[in-house]
Amino acid sequence: MIEFFGEVSAWLSDPANWSGRDGLPNRLWEHVSVAGVSLMIAGIIALPTGVALGHRGQGGILAVSAVNIGRAVPSFGIVGIAFPITLSLGLRPLGYAATLVALVALALPPMFVNAYTGVRQTDAALVEAARGMGMTERQVLTAVELPLALPVLMAGIRTAAVEVVATATLGAVVGFGGLGRFIIDGFAQRRFEEVFVGGAAVALLAIATETTLGWVQRHSDRSHTARKDRATGPPAGDDVVETVPVG
Amino acid sequence: MIRLVGVSKVYASGDRPAVDGLSLDVAEGDIAVLVGPSGCGKTTTLKMINRLIEPSSGTIEVAGRDITSMSPSQLRRSIGYVIQQIGLFPHRTIAENIATVPRLLGWNAGRISRRVDELLEMVDLDLAMRTRYPAELSGGQRQRVGVARALAADPQVMLMDEPFGAVDPIARGRLQDLFLELQQRLRKTIVFVTHDIAEAIRLGDRIAILNVGGILEQYDTPADTLRQPANDFVVDFLGSERGLKRLSLLVIGTVPLEHGPVLAETATVDEARRVMADHGVDWIGVGGDGRLDGWVPAADLDGRHDLSGLSLRRFQSWLTVDASLIDALDVVVTSRTSVAAVFDGDRYLGMLTAEAIARAIVQ
Amino acid sequence: MNIDWEWIGTHFDDMWTATAEHLALTVLAVGVGLVVAMALSLVALRWRPAYAPITWFTGILYTIPSLALFTFFIPFFGLSLITAEIALVSYTLLILIRNIVAGIEGVPDAVVESARGMGMTERNLFLGVQLPLALPVIIAGIRIATVSTIGLVTVTALIGQGGYGVFILRGIRRQFFTETLTGTLLSVALAVVADLLLVAAERRATPWARRREAV
Repeated sequence: MIEFFGEVSAWLSDPANWSGRDGLPNRLWEHVSVAGVSLMIAGIIALPTGVALGHRGQGGILAVSAVNIGRAVPSFGIVGIAFPITLSLGLRPLGYAATLVALVALALPPMFVNAYTGVRQTDAALVEAARGMGMTERQVLTAVELPLALPVLMAGIRTAAVEVVATATLGAVVGFGGLGRFIIDGFAQRRFEEVFVGGAAVALLAIATETTLGWVQRHSDRSHTARKDRATGPPAGDDVVETVPVG
Repeated sequence: MIRLVGVSKVYASGDRPAVDGLSLDVAEGDIAVLVGPSGCGKTTTLKMINRLIEPSSGTIEVAGRDITSMSPSQLRRSIGYVIQQIGLFPHRTIAENIATVPRLLGWNAGRISRRVDELLEMVDLDLAMRTRYPAELSGGQRQRVGVARALAADPQVMLMDEPFGAVDPIARGRLQDLFLELQQRLRKTIVFVTHDIAEAIRLGDRIAILNVGGILEQYDTPADTLRQPANDFVVDFLGSERGLKRLSLLVIGTVPLEHGPVLAETATVDEARRVMADHGVDWIGVGGDGRLDGWVPAADLDGRHDLSGLSLRRFQSWLTVDASLIDALDVVVTSRTSVAAVFDGDRYLGMLTAEAIARAIVQ
Repeated sequence: MNIDWEWIGTHFDDMWTATAEHLALTVLAVGVGLVVAMALSLVALRWRPAYAPITWFTGILYTIPSLALFTFFIPFFGLSLITAEIALVSYTLLILIRNIVAGIEGVPDAVVESARGMGMTERNLFLGVQLPLALPVIIAGIRIATVSTIGLVTVTALIGQGGYGVFILRGIRRQFFTETLTGTLLSVALAVVADLLLVAAERRATPWARRREAV
């Protein structure tokens, strides 16, 4: 065991592992950038759709299905299916494109569902009061529903982000770079110290993502109520989208 | 049967005691009602008796034994416990709920089953309820199950914490009747908590009036409490209708009845006019010989010679000597004749007027 | 991207074997997870200050990607079943503990007070009243944990375990779409069936809730 951690520290102190295409900084950048781009694409698609449907109160079945499908489809399978699809579409570079497609697909359900439920569950009395004071539908949405939905919406983005950071690791299986490269290559060449470093880097990145976005989420709450509920957290159930599995 | 000696409870968080040096004796077969404003420690006191709360100091005895000499669960199985929210087990049927304590005591299935039937009958519930779940019952029915469950192992002592507080007034009245009727038969020793002074007066053999901080202001029978309140706090707590509350405790039998303006059919109209004038009323009762057939207004007598052949109006309520004076007063003020006629079966005993009732309050 | 129906027709045996492996990995993970979660929940229920650190720690475990979590145990246990199971069990804990604690604490105070008032011991109270009444919330947690675990088990193929992940991985390596798709769809199907079975189990175990719906 001491020997193993000796190897880990040797790997870390080798300057070759800190520069160039195969270096830790570049792999980290690849990982973060593919995650960021996929979150942006998914956000552009899912958030306006969810908000619009939530405001109109349509598409409840779609939301419930999205939760269930999001949970039941294995992220590894999505990566696997994205690969031949990308291949047949001729997108390049292949590994990057396949990973991106998979990550967008994964990020859509939590973002959509939380945008939908966040807007949908605004207190009906508040919406009625807003309309009663003469607000237009647009004003009801922007001045009442969206600010109150913000924490829930942010929770969706957070869930999606953590999931995307986790699943980007599997991109290495379809030829993408990122931190997963260390793990997959390390397995293939039985260099377990490299596997370990890759795993630790991914873990730290995921925890950092979760912590940062969790902080943002808490500070997006304008209602100043129900803080106490959040301390314990609600039990997970069909309609709770805070806990979506991580790949 | 239950004896509290210098019992105090101080919570770590509170700056003053919840209960302060309380001493109280409850005689066997009595209902002692603890009543007082919120924060007076009445519920705390009740829960100390079955050790749901442990006193900070003082001793409590139940049936001559210090309660700390028994394990809490042993003690509680020997004491019936009913609370306002009832706390029926939603996942168990009505029969299983009632059987809780007998099962804890290890009774056999046949004995439990017989006991459940007996109890359902006792609290006036259909045997078909056995297999229902609590969610399928009305609030009043659930409260009856709660009482049956507390009585299941035939405990000598019952503790009841606002048991009828959550049901609507009509169901509450019915539950109170049922409760008193059961108590007639079972003669349990009961400590009953309520914040409703009217309920306390109606149900209690003795009432303990507690002040904020668990100070006992008065412990007396309802009638004596109303007649001689110990201090201003008690006067305030009894409220402005103290006289009326006393009336609810006095029965008609304790007040002398008047014969009233009642004549036989054979009496003449002249006689009748004289009797009406004497009594200062504008109606005349017809009857005699232990009968009261009805009454007619003075106007009906015009152009007649005697009282025969008149179409009589009935007295609206028939009160018995067991009825309370408050019931009598109610009849007096709502009836056209302004009197309450009292009967024993069909036999006419006499009538009560507002003046007679007023005299009874003053006494 | 054509589907090779002949491959599917000739590989039913492999699918059965993979199903058995996948199920075994899942049941073991959720089963052990339930035991560990129950123990930690009892600690948190007995001693409330323990709840925050327990959920904090299991929350971190939940956040760490599965592949990364596998790598931490490889130095100790190699590419083995134990490595896979430790990671899979870790994932179930947060959801299960949250739901067990919320379920037990959701039992109305009046029910607990009357149970104590009638002389139930703490053990009677927990096993006879709190646990049965918490069952719907606990089973909701088991459902999510099970469905999530079934998805995660596919990743264990990367550290040499069996199950549907083997199809997915082999499909990617051989660029054979049919095999990847088969593995994915089987995993979804297993998740759906497991979820339905758990719903049925919940309905059987909580007859009082069903009766109330009927009223």
